[in-house]
Amino acid sequence: MEIDQLTVDATRTAIAEKQFTAAALVDAFYDKIRRDDADVGAYLTLSEDRAYMQAARIDELAGRGDALPPLAGVPIAVKDVISTKGVRTTAGSKLLDNYNPPYDATVVERLENAGAIILGKTNCDEFAMGSSNENSGFHPVRNPRNHERVPGGSSGGSAAVIAAGTAVASLGTDTGGSIRQPASFCGVVGLMPTYGRVSRYGLIAFASSLDKIGPFGKTVKDTALVLEVMAGRDRMDSTSADVPVPTYSHFVGQPLTGLKIGVPGEYFGEGLDAEVRAAVEGGIQKLAEAGCEIVPISLRHTPYAIPTYYLVATAEASSNLARFDGVRYGVRAKDVKTLAEMYRRTRDEGFGAEVKRRIMLGTYALSAGYYDAYYLKAQRVRTLIARDYDDAFAKVDAIVTPTTPTPAFCLGEKADDPLAMYLADIFTVTASLAGIPGLSVPCGKSSEGLPIGLQVLGKHFDEAMVLRVGHVAEHALAGK
Amino acid sequence: MVSEKDVAYVAELAHLELTEAESARMLRDLNSILGYIERLNALDTSGVEPMAQVSTRYAQSAEPGEAFAYAMRPDELVPCLPHDEAMRNAPKTDRTFFKVPKVIER
Repeated sequence: MEIDQLTVDATRTAIAEKQFTAAALVDAFYDKIRRDDADVGAYLTLSEDRAYMQAARIDELAGRGDALPPLAGVPIAVKDVISTKGVRTTAGSKLLDNYNPPYDATVVERLENAGAIILGKTNCDEFAMGSSNENSGFHPVRNPRNHERVPGGSSGGSAAVIAAGTAVASLGTDTGGSIRQPASFCGVVGLMPTYGRVSRYGLIAFASSLDKIGPFGKTVKDTALVLEVMAGRDRMDSTSADVPVPTYSHFVGQPLTGLKIGVPGEYFGEGLDAEVRAAVEGGIQKLAEAGCEIVPISLRHTPYAIPTYYLVATAEASSNLARFDGVRYGVRAKDVKTLAEMYRRTRDEGFGAEVKRRIMLGTYALSAGYYDAYYLKAQRVRTLIARDYDDAFAKVDAIVTPTTPTPAFCLGEKADDPLAMYLADIFTVTASLAGIPGLSVPCGKSSEGLPIGLQVLGKHFDEAMVLRVGHVAEHALAGK
Repeated sequence: MVSEKDVAYVAELAHLELTEAESARMLRDLNSILGYIERLNALDTSGVEPMAQVSTRYAQSAEPGEAFAYAMRPDELVPCLPHDEAMRNAPKTDRTFFKVPKVIER
C-alpha cells in the first residue's frame, strides 16, 4: 500500500472501492510512524485503541456497501492543545503530562462523525507559544524536509506529519501564525479560518480573542474538505459564529477570471529574503496569467502589528493560564506546605521559559498603572490594523503576500533571542489581529531546497475565496 | 524600563516563583521586548475605539450581546460532566472535594 501520496478523496475512494480496509490503512500509518517519526518527533501520543475502533466502524459501513461519510477512513493527527476524551492531552507542557480530558473538543467529535480516524496527538510549542516548536516541554520537532531546520510553530508537529506523510490531514491552531508559518516552513497547505468560524470548545486556550482551529493538508482541496465538516456554530462555544457553512470544496477549482488581487507594498520591503521574494512574485505572476487583476495596496499599520500582537496575546494568556494551579488537573509540585507555595512551585516546575516570559509580560501589561499605556493602547492599534484590511477589501477580493520573510531557520538559531523569534511572525500577525482567514500554500523552494510559502488572505467568512485563489496558485506553481 | 523590583512584584501577581538566574534573564528579556513595543507610541490613537473582540468588526450592526451566536440563551438546566469524571484528573481529592494544602499561612 502506497500511503505517502494519499489525499482525503483518494483515501475515501480506495476504502469505498475496497482497495484496502480502514484497519489495514491504520496499520500502515502506525508502521510508518514507528519507522519515520523517531527522527522527526511530531507525535507525542498515539491513540491506537480509538483509531482501530473507528476503523472497524468504517470497515463495517464499507462492507455493507453503505454510503461512506465525507472523511471516511482519513487518518488525521490532532495538535495536542485540542482535547481528546481519554487520550492524553498535554498542550506540549510538562504541567499537563498526565492529563486525560473527560470530553472531546467539538472539532474532534465532528471529524469522527464524518468518518475521520484520529491517529494521535502532535507535538507543539508549550501552550501554542512559539514559532519553532523548540518550546515544547517534551522535545523539539525536526523539519521533515531538512532535519537541521525547525518545522515552524507553534503547530510544528501538525505541519510535519503532512510533510513526512505520517497523516493524511491534521489539525492545528493559529493565534499569530501558528498554522500558516509551519505550513510554509514544511511545504504543506495550512488554513487559518475566520475567527469564530470553527468552534473552540475543548481547545486549551492561549489568547481567546485570537485563537482559531484550522486544518493542514497536502492540497488546498484537502483543507477545504476538512474545514467544511468542522465549521459552523456550536452551542458549547459562545464565540462560534452563526454564519452558514458553504461547501468549501466546491469553490476549489473555480476560475479566477476578473478577480482583483491586492499586493501590499509593506510585505515586500526590508527583511524579505531575496529567494522568497522571487518565488512569491512568480506566484503573483501566475495569478495574473490566470486572469486576475493585480492591484498594489497598502496595509500601512503593519510595522505596529508585532508589538500589538505580543501585548494582546500575552495579556490574554496571563489570564487564561491562571487556571494551571495544581488543583483540578496537571502535575502538582511535591512537598508543599501552603496553598500559595503550591501554586508558585507547581507553575515554576511545570511551565517552560517562554510560557513564563509571556505570563510575566501579560501580567505586567495588565497591572495597575500600565493597563492604559500597554493593553488599551494595543487594542486601539488593533482597530487601526483591522481598518487597513477593511479599506483594502473595499478594493480587492483577496490579498497575496509571502507567509514568512525567510524559509525555515536552523534549530537553535533564535532560541536565545525572544524578540528575533517574535519577528518571524511579522507577515502572519496582522490577519490574526483582524480575525480574517488566511491560507499558506507551497510556492517553490529556495536554492537550498527549503520550501517557500505564499499567503492568501480574504474577508471575514470568505474562506471560499481564499481556497479558490490558493488552489490556482498551488497548481500554477506545482511544476516549480 | 522594568526594574528588578518590578520583576519580583509581577512574578508575585502571576504566582510564579523565579530563581535568581530566571529573574535576571526575565529582566533582560522584558526590557528588550518592551523597548520594541515602545514604537506603538509613535501612533496617535486618540479617538480610536479599542478592539476587544473580532466580532465587533463583522457584526457591527448587531445589537449589543448579539455579536456572538449564543451569547444569550435561556437559563435551562442541561446535562453536564458527571462529578466523578470532573474529579478524575485532580492530583488530590477526597472524592467529593479537591484537596489542597493549608490556605491560611501562620
